[in-house]
Amino acid sequence: MLSGLTGLGGVKPGTRGRLRPVWEEEPSKTGLASKGVVMVLICLAVLFPLWVVIVTSLSSVKTITEAGGLVVIPRGITFVAYQELLGGGQVTRAALISVCVTVVGTLFSMAVSILCAYGLSRTGSVLHRPLLVFMLATMFFGAGLIPTYLVVQGLGLTDSYLALILPSALNVFNILVLRAFFMSTAQELVESARIDGAGDFRILWQIVMPLSRAVIAVITLFYAVGYWSAWFNASIYISDPDMLPLQNVMNQLVLKQERPTGLTQVINTGHLSLLAVQMAVMVLALIPVAFLSPFVQKHFKEGMLTGAVKG
Amino acid sequence: MSLSTDDRRAQDSRTPPVKTRAAAGDRPVTKEMPLRHRLRRDRTLILMTLPAMVLLLVFAYIPLAGNVVAFQDYDPYIADNAFQAIAQSPWVGFEWFQQMVNDRLFWSALRNTLAIFLLQLTLFFPVPILLALFINSFVRPRVRAVAQAILYLPHFFSWVLVVTVFQQMFGGAGLIAQTLRENGHEGFDLMTDPGLFKFLITFEMIWKDAGWGVIVFLAALAAVSPDLYEASAMDGANRWRRMWHITLPALRPVVALLLVLQVGNALTVGFEQILLQRTAVGPGASEVLDTYVWNVGITNGGFSYAAAVGIIKGIFGLLLVLGANKVAHLMGEQGVYKK
Repeated sequence: MLSGLTGLGGVKPGTRGRLRPVWEEEPSKTGLASKGVVMVLICLAVLFPLWVVIVTSLSSVKTITEAGGLVVIPRGITFVAYQELLGGGQVTRAALISVCVTVVGTLFSMAVSILCAYGLSRTGSVLHRPLLVFMLATMFFGAGLIPTYLVVQGLGLTDSYLALILPSALNVFNILVLRAFFMSTAQELVESARIDGAGDFRILWQIVMPLSRAVIAVITLFYAVGYWSAWFNASIYISDPDMLPLQNVMNQLVLKQERPTGLTQVINTGHLSLLAVQMAVMVLALIPVAFLSPFVQKHFKEGMLTGAVKG
Repeated sequence: MSLSTDDRRAQDSRTPPVKTRAAAGDRPVTKEMPLRHRLRRDRTLILMTLPAMVLLLVFAYIPLAGNVVAFQDYDPYIADNAFQAIAQSPWVGFEWFQQMVNDRLFWSALRNTLAIFLLQLTLFFPVPILLALFINSFVRPRVRAVAQAILYLPHFFSWVLVVTVFQQMFGGAGLIAQTLRENGHEGFDLMTDPGLFKFLITFEMIWKDAGWGVIVFLAALAAVSPDLYEASAMDGANRWRRMWHITLPALRPVVALLLVLQVGNALTVGFEQILLQRTAVGPGASEVLDTYVWNVGITNGGFSYAAAVGIIKGIFGLLLVLGANKVAHLMGEQGVYKK
């Protein structure tokens, strides 16, 4: 962003060394201060609830009782809730299922999407246009919930993990973003590789993909978050409670206020607060996303823009 | 990419085309080249798209055909398999559609859908634009980066998580009610109030996705040439005039595009989000077309009628996209696709 400012025909250091374009008026102190306060408030609106959830999940029964519910100021940190949740049982299983579905699903989606995006990125190839139209048309109609459900059922996918992956494996928009990026990668490199006798698979793997790391990272995150956050497919296709992923279990435990199986005794004896358990499940659901997205963040704009402009 | 005559001759010959391909991006489409040669030349590319095409065929196109159950009296128990059941179910013509017209619940769901759409349009839509202008007004790159990092975060949370967070904040046992009660006031429960439900879900949407929506607008703002600002400042425009005459016009195409997309999705409002909170406020306030289809079809097994509702929703959704795009074109904007 600095580079954007240096091209302005001159920047001047402000009162505290910040860079400001020459043509801009010096802002008033009160103006700056009030802007800062508003910004902090906006950020707090996002962070405060998360803070409360995390702190409560780490609080002991005593702290939670004293606070009368959710805890804002951390005291007496304990990991009991996590130990109980991850020591086997329903939540542990659900978390593992979610991790597996996310990993397998994301790899599958990425493989299919990258291949398709590359296959469609060579304009002028035979069938290029019909295949592209075949794909794009699906953006304009949705078949609807009921027929999709019937097809999944007809294929015998109900009560199978494939039902959590296959129906939502592809996002046409993501493929378009990848395709736009592949088309913009240096064609000279691709050409010279072709002259050297490289086939399409080799070009994709050794030239195009390494050049597109940023956009691939972004799309991978999008798919991964999609699988990690999904709960609806499981709610209609999976009837076996032992096969439910984390989001569905969280829904049952927190929103529907059901008690986790296997933990009821610990909670009833007062060693563990139900609230702490509920909050801990939420933190489990939150962790991967909160940790992954900052790494990919710097590429968001690039990925989003290619999609928005050329898609 | 133009080809020299030598290249063309090389491609016309029957030698394997691997080494003679000159253009990488644009494959030469020459009239002289027989289709089977081009198929042979591009077979790897076609092969690569195959898995995706099969997935789309199975999960987008075949379900489209599966909509025939709306014209049947579909009975899932008639056969072991859904496909066989469709083949054996009796046809009833437009009976379900006629029934829909007299269905009070259908109209109620439609009303709710449109009400929520209007709320989204007026309360949600402007927020990312305002946020983008606000973030853009900060000069220090560090401040902008941190603000963006925080604001993007909720977009990646699942709806289950977002709804749960809201329940913990605004629910009957939530933090605010809890604090109020401690201080001798009466508690409240925003989550189970049918009257406020539509505002609640709009509020949730803003919390989750407004920060994410900022990206596009910030990018549009970053693309504005600083020369424009400098020149107008020289001409004596103050910061508000610069905002009015330079910044806002720069956002116009993006706003138009997103409006088109939003209007196109008018009938698809927060399905998962509403489904999660449906029981808390009752279907009267929360039922939208999508949840109605889910409830009638999946929960109660009325597949045919639910599919009929789905078809009507799909047709009007498509018309909305095309119509909104037409309006965008008339306004001189590009819209989703070009003319």
